[in-house]
Amino acid sequence: MSLAKPAMRGLLAKRLRFHLPIAFGLSLVAAAAFKFAVTEPRKQAYADFYKHYDSTKEFNAMREAGVFESVRPTGK
Amino acid sequence: MLRLTAGRVAGLLSRRGVAAFSSSGVKMASHEHGGVTEQTDMSVPLYWDRLDTPLPDRPYKDTLSAADKSLKQKEKGPWNSLSKEEKLALYRIMFNETYAEMKKPTGEWKTVLGGIFFFIGFTGLVVLWQRYYVYPPHPHTLDDEWQAMQVKRMLDMRVNPVEGFSAKWDYEKGKWK
Repeated sequence: MSLAKPAMRGLLAKRLRFHLPIAFGLSLVAAAAFKFAVTEPRKQAYADFYKHYDSTKEFNAMREAGVFESVRPTGK
Repeated sequence: MLRLTAGRVAGLLSRRGVAAFSSSGVKMASHEHGGVTEQTDMSVPLYWDRLDTPLPDRPYKDTLSAADKSLKQKEKGPWNSLSKEEKLALYRIMFNETYAEMKKPTGEWKTVLGGIFFFIGFTGLVVLWQRYYVYPPHPHTLDDEWQAMQVKRMLDMRVNPVEGFSAKWDYEKGKWK
């Protein structure tokens, strides 16, 4: 019984040829998924928040609640 | 003195493969108990049942009976003339356990797992005792009242108003969204 001679060389190269494209592909997919699931919604959330943001109103509300040390609530 | 007590050898064999004992004439310093116990000579090749040593340094049976000796003589001739029982007898002369017998599952894992669970349970009891006898009283900042005051202050300060804490509070209605 004579068996075929097993592959003696190029084993790493063969493995890389198979696995590197997969690795690159999966990394790109991961990056794309993160972009569209996390960063884009976050940018939108910030845009929506600041579209109708009145900083003076917020400041006065915080002042009345008494969280500042530089200005006391009105009436003190 | 190069001797090992037979009891110790049995213990080692049952654990199958103590790597320290190579058979190339290792000398073991050993304590003698008045020379009564039988001891193994560590200066000659030894037999081990090991999964990673398919051919130990010597056959299992080194003192052959007359029947074994005649069988060994017959082995020198053509092997076709050996019957199945003779071939098995020859195998058992050379080896103690087959690979299948060596690899037989022992059920030791049940003991191990049981021991693990037992001691985890015991630790749970110790932790419980600790909770009642060791820990000091809670800090006052963990009371519900204080926590409520803390949450109110965080909302007043507008902590994380875009996506986080205060974003979930409806300031018009004074309720969580």
